[in-house]
Amino acid sequence: MVKTESFIKIDDVTVNFSNNKNVHTVLNHMNLSIEEGEFVCVLGPSGCGKTTLLNCIAGFQKYEGKILLQDQLVSKPGKERGVMFQEYALFPWFTVEQNVAFGLKMSGMNKQQYLELARSFIRMVGLEGFEKHYPSRLSGGMKQRVSLARVLANNPSILLMDEPFAALDEQTRQHMQSELLKIWEQNKITCLFITHSIHEAIYLADRIIVLMPNPGRVALDIKVDLPRIRDRNDDRMFHYQKLISAILEGEVA
Amino acid sequence: MGVVNQKGVITSTLVQQRTNKLSFGVPALKNISIKSIGILAAIALWAFVSALGIFSTSLLPSPWTVFSSFLRLIQNGVLIDHTLSSLGRVFSGFFLAIAIAVPTGLVLGMWDNVRKAVDPVIEVLRPIPPIAIIPLAILWFGIGESSKIFIITYAAFFPIVLNVMGGIQQVDPVHIKAAKTLGANSLQIFYYVVLRSAIPNIIIGMRAGVSMAFISLVAAELIASNAGLGFLIQEARYLFKTDEVMVGMITIGLVGFAINRILLSAEKALVRWK
Repeated sequence: MVKTESFIKIDDVTVNFSNNKNVHTVLNHMNLSIEEGEFVCVLGPSGCGKTTLLNCIAGFQKYEGKILLQDQLVSKPGKERGVMFQEYALFPWFTVEQNVAFGLKMSGMNKQQYLELARSFIRMVGLEGFEKHYPSRLSGGMKQRVSLARVLANNPSILLMDEPFAALDEQTRQHMQSELLKIWEQNKITCLFITHSIHEAIYLADRIIVLMPNPGRVALDIKVDLPRIRDRNDDRMFHYQKLISAILEGEVA
Repeated sequence: MGVVNQKGVITSTLVQQRTNKLSFGVPALKNISIKSIGILAAIALWAFVSALGIFSTSLLPSPWTVFSSFLRLIQNGVLIDHTLSSLGRVFSGFFLAIAIAVPTGLVLGMWDNVRKAVDPVIEVLRPIPPIAIIPLAILWFGIGESSKIFIITYAAFFPIVLNVMGGIQQVDPVHIKAAKTLGANSLQIFYYVVLRSAIPNIIIGMRAGVSMAFISLVAAELIASNAGLGFLIQEARYLFKTDEVMVGMITIGLVGFAINRILLSAEKALVRWK
């Protein structure tokens, strides 16, 4: 098979939602390439199709066009595309350990192996000692750590994150952002991170893609050329913020 | 709350657990005493009304008369025998109902079209009380054990099937999505996600089912029986032994209560995660 340059290629993807007589175009002939190891934030107001884009790549949403992951056509969910959900989506009937080990267990790995692996990922996200706890006893930030460990334990080639920190309070969110970057620095997994927070996008991303609604399309595609770990009060972050705000406000008004 | 960092979160949960443990003894004791006050008050009211002498003691015996009959019937083994034969029927009917209702509920919960087709049938059959099934039960199964078990099975079936179905339907779609992206196949999703999330509802269905089984017990034992708590009540009525009628009634209440408690602790053990 001929190897293309892009890790993920979104080729002329269109998604229409129709109810009764109205057809609403959520994504309109979208083209996008993501390179291996890139941390991409997709930013935009509600209704711009950012979650729909993630759902297409995750395999939850039918679409017209082509999405290729390492030259493989995406048509249904698969474990090479790990997903983190805003609502954590932890299985409440399983302990932290059982949640993290879920994917490994499903793949037929033996118990001793998957428990050992799960525990090492639990340690990585800083939840040692909570292996036997049920999710109902954890705070929002801790639940999202479990969710991250669960996805990473499955060794996906891309991490799809749908506003994973949106339900957390500001301080926990900032803490989780830097923790996520620390973990990302370790294994440089390709990340597609959906957010509606400009700050979050500038703090995290190598590259920011701004989507605008009606119909959903790419309004800005920009590299964030700042060294990590970034200072949240850096003047240069302000430069990006002004640029993105201008586009968001200009188009909304 | 001022949770600053991860450590802060951890400490606050631990502190919470500790306070829960410390305060556990007092409310539990308080709870038990409130509950016993209710029962004692009911007995006191009963004793008061019977002592007024408005009703003849043969119609409304005092609690002490009923209690001494209760002891006598335990001592001579009569009450134990009747209770055991009733329990045998209740459990045969209940387990038969589980065996039919759980798979049925799973199928109805999983497949929308099957449910749409079967739902009207269930909705029409459900309001028919167990007592109205007696004539049909006699015609089909005669006056032996099987007709009584049939009635109990019928009564326990509906709450179980409806709760199992509801539990399956209530599974959170995001859990199924998560399981798919983690590489689970359909069978694994059914077993580890759909079924697990339905367990609380399945147990609720069983509790409702076992109480329906008890409610229908007396109706079932109206059919020519020679043993059982329903029979004891019937026979005592013919012999105008009101105290023994009441002993039978109270025994049904106590046994039903005990079984409900057992199922509640089973629920706690199975659904530790809630």
